[in-house]
Amino acid sequence: MSALLETCHLTREFGGLRAIGDLSIAVKRGEILGIIGPNGAGKTTLFNLLTGIYPPSYGDILFDGRSITGLQPSRIARLGMARTFQNIRLFRQLSVLENVRIAYDSGLACSPLDAMLRSPWALLRERESVEASMELLEMFQLGSHVEDRAGDLSYGAQRRLEIVRALALKPTLLLLDEPAAGMNPSEAMQLTDFLRWVHDKFSLTIVLIEHHMQMVMALCDRIEVIEFGVRIAGGKPEDVKADPRVIEAYLGTEGELP
Amino acid sequence: MNMIGMTAWTKSRYLPPVLLVAGLIVTAILPDTGLVNDYLQFVIVSVAINAILCVSLNLVNGWMGEFSVGHAGFMALGAYASAILTVKLFPAAPPALLFPVAVLIGGCVAGLAGIPVGILSFKTRGDYLAIITLAFLMIVKSGLENIPYTGGPRGLLGIPRLTTVAWAYFWCVVTFWVIRNLVYSKYGRGIAAIREDEVAAEAMGVNTRTAKLVAFVTSSFFAGVAGALFAHQLQFINPSAFDILKSTEILVMVYLGGVASLGGSLLGAGGVTILTQCLQPLGTWRMVVLPALLVLLMLFRPGGIMGYRDWNWLKPRISFRPRLEVKADAKQETIP
Repeated sequence: MSALLETCHLTREFGGLRAIGDLSIAVKRGEILGIIGPNGAGKTTLFNLLTGIYPPSYGDILFDGRSITGLQPSRIARLGMARTFQNIRLFRQLSVLENVRIAYDSGLACSPLDAMLRSPWALLRERESVEASMELLEMFQLGSHVEDRAGDLSYGAQRRLEIVRALALKPTLLLLDEPAAGMNPSEAMQLTDFLRWVHDKFSLTIVLIEHHMQMVMALCDRIEVIEFGVRIAGGKPEDVKADPRVIEAYLGTEGELP
Repeated sequence: MNMIGMTAWTKSRYLPPVLLVAGLIVTAILPDTGLVNDYLQFVIVSVAINAILCVSLNLVNGWMGEFSVGHAGFMALGAYASAILTVKLFPAAPPALLFPVAVLIGGCVAGLAGIPVGILSFKTRGDYLAIITLAFLMIVKSGLENIPYTGGPRGLLGIPRLTTVAWAYFWCVVTFWVIRNLVYSKYGRGIAAIREDEVAAEAMGVNTRTAKLVAFVTSSFFAGVAGALFAHQLQFINPSAFDILKSTEILVMVYLGGVASLGGSLLGAGGVTILTQCLQPLGTWRMVVLPALLVLLMLFRPGGIMGYRDWNWLKPRISFRPRLEVKADAKQETIP
């Protein structure tokens, strides 16, 4: 299988601090890749580089065979790379439906003039956007909340809505930044089933950052381990689990990961 | 008419256009009926002009959540551009033909000036963008003071009085209609997303640069339109009419009426304009009443009277029902 996403010698420096150093990883089409590493290892920075929020200091990012380095984040998103955030970043004051529509709308062709004059063409796009967004919300059991403000939803529903919003972009690659944050082990295992279902249903490639080891081991096809912005290990979950370098990065001494 | 007939009529999609056209006819014949004197006409026109200013500034300050203080600058450009046309270039042209063109060109000149400010907003926001709009206002004002062609600091005199109640009403309706269409469209939702979380908006595919440009250009276009109407209402304009105080006056209307609200803009503009007229007998004390009202409102209702809400009749009707039946094949998993 060919690689959907590749980073070549990706480096990002903040002042004197090297957050990501010479990182070259590849994400295969259709796989679920876990990215783990201690706090401050540069995992979220990696996501911000991939989605174009920060430009890399050096190196290149290839998405679906083309370089996306230096593109505007919205352009990268429309190419099919969607993400969620570690600390949920919904449009809190807007309705649940509007949250999803904003992502769906970005793929609609409608000029500002069409929008201002509410032309028949613009009305057609409006209709398409409502219907598609409603269908998606129904599928994820948020149909009864469409009118509610996103900020008023429960924590779990907000996490779910963020994933739905990302899916409204019709992505090929989904980046999840700690989707199980703030969940207990049994909730995290339910999330594992949920993510696997999303992965199959929407034929996605998923990259996720997670600290929840049980979940990572159960869900991921492959794992990359990062420490201080450098890749220290990678491979199948059981190999990574036994790798002495990983154990040292996490526990400091000899031990065994759960 | 029975109750069912009434409901069918009030829910008809033809009702709003019929009402709007009826309003235009009423405003057109109103001055000739003698029912409203010149003073009342002046107040009505002022309310309409202020409503245009208020809703257009609301696009940037309310829906997009930025803080522009340069609105009077855009207004000045529209006022001067249109007045140059009617006073200097084509004084002999028939007003019925010239005036709509002059207003449109006033809007376009202001809209063009909105482009650089919009571009500057790509990288700057919050307080810093507010300073940029302040600088813009100062450039426009001192620029106009130094152009002898338009009378320098003394201003332009002898502008024909072309702003009738009907024209003011017409432009006010056009402004509200266009801005309503915009805020309930892809671009309007994008603009609101910028207010909520700009990084997330970009990550969700919203081209924030386009959205910001659309917001600034539309906002300044209608400020220019209002400026043109203003110039042909007062028949006299000078640069100091468009200073920071004018911007502040519009800001007060926006935040009093309600941010990100069409109805709020109407309430704010109408309320402030009429209140200022009613408080005339108080003399200097009226300068205290209105700001005091603003302080109270910010304490108890920081979003303004109608902040982030709107009357249903101002929202576009969704003439289609989204499919609500749950897909049978969708396997249901739940996150607790």
